[in-house]
Amino acid sequence: MRGSVMSLTSNDLFRLPLGRWVEAAVDWVTHSFTGLFTVIRSLFLALYDAVDWALVTPPFWAVIIVLATLAWYLSSWKLGLGTVLGLLLVVSLNQWANAMHTLALVLVASAIAIALSLPLGIWAARSTVASRVIRPILDLMQTMPAFVYLIPALILFRVGVVPGIVATVIFAMAPGVRLTELGIRSVDREVVEAGQAFGASPGRILRQIQLPLAMPSIMAGVNQVIMLSLSMVVIAGMVGAGGLGNDVVASLQTIDVALGFEAGISVVILAIVLDRMTAGLGARVVTTGQPAASSFFPLEKENT
Amino acid sequence: MNESIAVQAKNLYKVFGKKPKEVARRLSEGASRDEVSALGTAAVIDASFEVKTGEIFVVMGLSGSGKSTLIRMLNGLVEPTSGTVTVVGTTITDISQAELRRVRQKSVSMVFQHFALLPHRTVLENAAFGLEVQGIAPVERRARAQRVVELVGLAGWEDKLPRQLSGGMQQRVGLARALTAETDVLLMDEAFSALDPLIRREMQEQLVELQAELGKTIIFITHDLNEAMFLGDRIAVMRDGRIVQVGSPEDILTDPANDYVAQFVQDVDRARVLTAASVMEPASAEVSVTSGPRNALRTMRDLQSSAVFVVGRGRQYLGVVRDRDVMRQVKAGETDLRDILRKPQAVSPDTPLVDLVEPSIESGLPLAVVNETGKLLGTIPRVTLLAALGNVPLTTQSIPIMESPSRLTRRDISEALTETVGYEAAAGTEHRTGGRA
Ligand SMILES: Nc1ncnc2c1ncn2[C@@H]1O[C@H](COP(=O)(O)OP(=O)(O)O)[C@@H](O)[C@H]1O
Ligand SMILES: [Mg+2]
Repeated sequence: MRGSVMSLTSNDLFRLPLGRWVEAAVDWVTHSFTGLFTVIRSLFLALYDAVDWALVTPPFWAVIIVLATLAWYLSSWKLGLGTVLGLLLVVSLNQWANAMHTLALVLVASAIAIALSLPLGIWAARSTVASRVIRPILDLMQTMPAFVYLIPALILFRVGVVPGIVATVIFAMAPGVRLTELGIRSVDREVVEAGQAFGASPGRILRQIQLPLAMPSIMAGVNQVIMLSLSMVVIAGMVGAGGLGNDVVASLQTIDVALGFEAGISVVILAIVLDRMTAGLGARVVTTGQPAASSFFPLEKENT
Repeated sequence: MNESIAVQAKNLYKVFGKKPKEVARRLSEGASRDEVSALGTAAVIDASFEVKTGEIFVVMGLSGSGKSTLIRMLNGLVEPTSGTVTVVGTTITDISQAELRRVRQKSVSMVFQHFALLPHRTVLENAAFGLEVQGIAPVERRARAQRVVELVGLAGWEDKLPRQLSGGMQQRVGLARALTAETDVLLMDEAFSALDPLIRREMQEQLVELQAELGKTIIFITHDLNEAMFLGDRIAVMRDGRIVQVGSPEDILTDPANDYVAQFVQDVDRARVLTAASVMEPASAEVSVTSGPRNALRTMRDLQSSAVFVVGRGRQYLGVVRDRDVMRQVKAGETDLRDILRKPQAVSPDTPLVDLVEPSIESGLPLAVVNETGKLLGTIPRVTLLAALGNVPLTTQSIPIMESPSRLTRRDISEALTETVGYEAAAGTEHRTGGRA
C-alpha cells in the first residue's frame, strides 16, 4: 500500500495525528479542570511537605533510631542493625537530606498508589467487565515510557515535586491493582461459599474473608509498588522533585561519576531497607500460614 | 404446605451454558441430556422431592451426577434455571438477596467437603461465625459456640487455628459452625469424603447421635453407598442429573428401580445395611401355647419341621418347642407346653444382619423377630440369613421354616398321636398356621 520507500521514514499520506489529538485532549482537560488540578496539586504538596518535614527536621540520628527500631520490630534485629549501618553510610556520603526528600516522595507516592489500587483491584476482582477494562489500561500505564506522562504532568501540575509524585503513582500503581485482584480471585471458592451459606453480605465476605485471605498477595503488591516508586526517583528528579534523583540528573549533565555513584548507592540502600521492611510487614499482617509477601531482594530467612 | 416437610424441591432444573432456559424447556419436553449437550450442561434435571423434618435425607450418585449443584440450589448458592425450592415454609426461589440471606441465617446452614473454615480465625471464632453474621453480641455468641464445640468433642481446642487440627477435627469445626447457627436444616456436601475411612466411620456415628439429640433435618450428599446406607433414613439416587430412585436404604438394596441402581448397590456391605425386618419371613410354624402338645406335634408333622414357635395371647412370643420334647410330653400325657419351652434370644426388627449371625449359630434354631411389645413378627431361618449375607438373590417362595429336617418321622408322630388320642380334649382347637401356605 505504501507509495514509495521514502514514505517509510516520512509519510504524509498516512500520517495519523494521534499525538495532536492527545495534545488537544490534554489542552481541553487543562482548561476544563484547572480547579481540580489546583486542588490535587496543593493536596499532594501538603502531604509531601508534611512527611518531608517529619523526616528532615529531627537530627539524623533520631530518624535513624526510629527507622532501625521499626525495621527490628517488623523483621529482625539484623535488619535493624543493617538499617543503622546503611543509613550511616548515606550520612557519611553527605546524601542524608536528599535521601529523606526521596523517602518522603516515595512514601507519599506509594501511599496514594496503594489507596487507588486497592479499590480498583477489589472492583476488578468482583466484576469481569471491570477487570477486562482495567487490565489494558494498567498495561499501558506500566509500559509507556515514564518520560511521556511527565509532559502532561508538567503541564497540569507545573514543575516541582507534584508532577514527580503523579508520574510515580501512575507508573507504580499497576502491580498493586493486579495483585489485589489476583489475591481476591484466588481465595478458596468454598470458603467464600461458606460465607454466603451462613448468610453473610458481600461486604462482610470482602472484609472478613476475601481481604484477609488475599493479604499475602496484596502485601506483595504493596512491596512492588514501593519498589517501583523508588525506581522513579531519577525521573522525578528531572522535573525538579529534588532528592537523590536531582543529584543523579546533575551528575549526568556534568559527567560527575563520583556524585552519581554516591547518590546511586544511597538509592540502593533505601531500596533494600524499604523492601525488607515491607516484606516483614507482610509476614506480620499475614496470619493465614500462606507464603508471606515476596521480596524484591530475597535474602536467606534467618528466623521464622 | 405440610408442617412436617422441612425442604421441598419441585421440578428443579439447572443448566450451565449459553441458553439455560431453552435447554430446560427442551428437557422438560422429553429431550435427552445428550441431545441438548451442545447448548449447555444439564447438571440437574427435573428433580422433585420432599424432606421431612428431622429426617436424614441422603443424595447419592457418582461424581458429576449433579449432587453438589442440587444441594446448592437448596440454599440458593446456585440459582435454579427453573423450578422451586421451599425451605421451612419459605419459597427461596423468588425472593430478594437480602431475604435469601435471612433464610440462610435462620433456616439452613451448610457443611463443606473441604471444611471451608476461615483459616485466620480460631476454632471458637469459626464456630461462632454464623452467630456473628446474625448480629449476636460477642459474649453470647462465644458462649453458644463454646457449648457446641464441646458437643462435637473439641473441648480444649477452642483457641487453635484450623491448620493446627487434623482433618477429622477440622470437619468437627465445620459441623460445629453449622450447628451453632441453630438452623433447622443442615446441608452436608460430601462432608466426610475427604476423611480417612476410620475417622469417617467415627464422624458418621457421631452425626447420627447428634441428629438423634438435636433433631435436625439433614440433607447429606455422598458418592459412597455404604455411607448413604448407614446415614440415610431415605436415599435419593442420582444419575446424569436425574433422580432415578428415592426410597429407604432397604428399598434401594432389595428393590432397585433399574440396572443403574442395582449395579450401584452391588458391592454394598449388606450385613450392616439390611436389617432383620428386611429378610424375615412369616412364621408359619407357630402354635398357641393354649393349643397343647398334641396340636404342636401335629403342626410339626404337617410342616415337617423339628420345632415350632409358641405364642401367647396377641401373638406374644413365648419361645420354641422341639419335636422330641413335645413327643415326650404327649407320651407322658402332660398338657402344658410351657414346661418344655426353650427361650432362644429373640431379635428386634431393626437389628442389622451382622448382629444376627451369632444368635443364629448359638441357638441352632430360626431366629424369632419380635417388636418392642414382644409380638412375634416373623422368623429368620439360618439359610435365609446366609442367603442375604451372601448376596444371593432371595427366593420369593417361603423357605421351610426349620432348616434341620424333622428328626422324628411322620410315622413316629402319627403313631404317638393315635396312641394318646384320649388326651386331646385337654388342649384347645385347631393348630394355627400363620402366613403363607
Ligand atoms: N459452575 C458450573 N459451570 C458449568 N458446569 C458446571 C458448573 N458446576 C457444575 N457443572 C457441571 O454440572 C455437572 C454436575 O456437577 P456437580 O453438581 O458438581 O456434580 P457432583 O457433585 O455430583 O459431582 C458436571 O457435569 C459439572 O461439570
Ligand atoms: Mg460434588
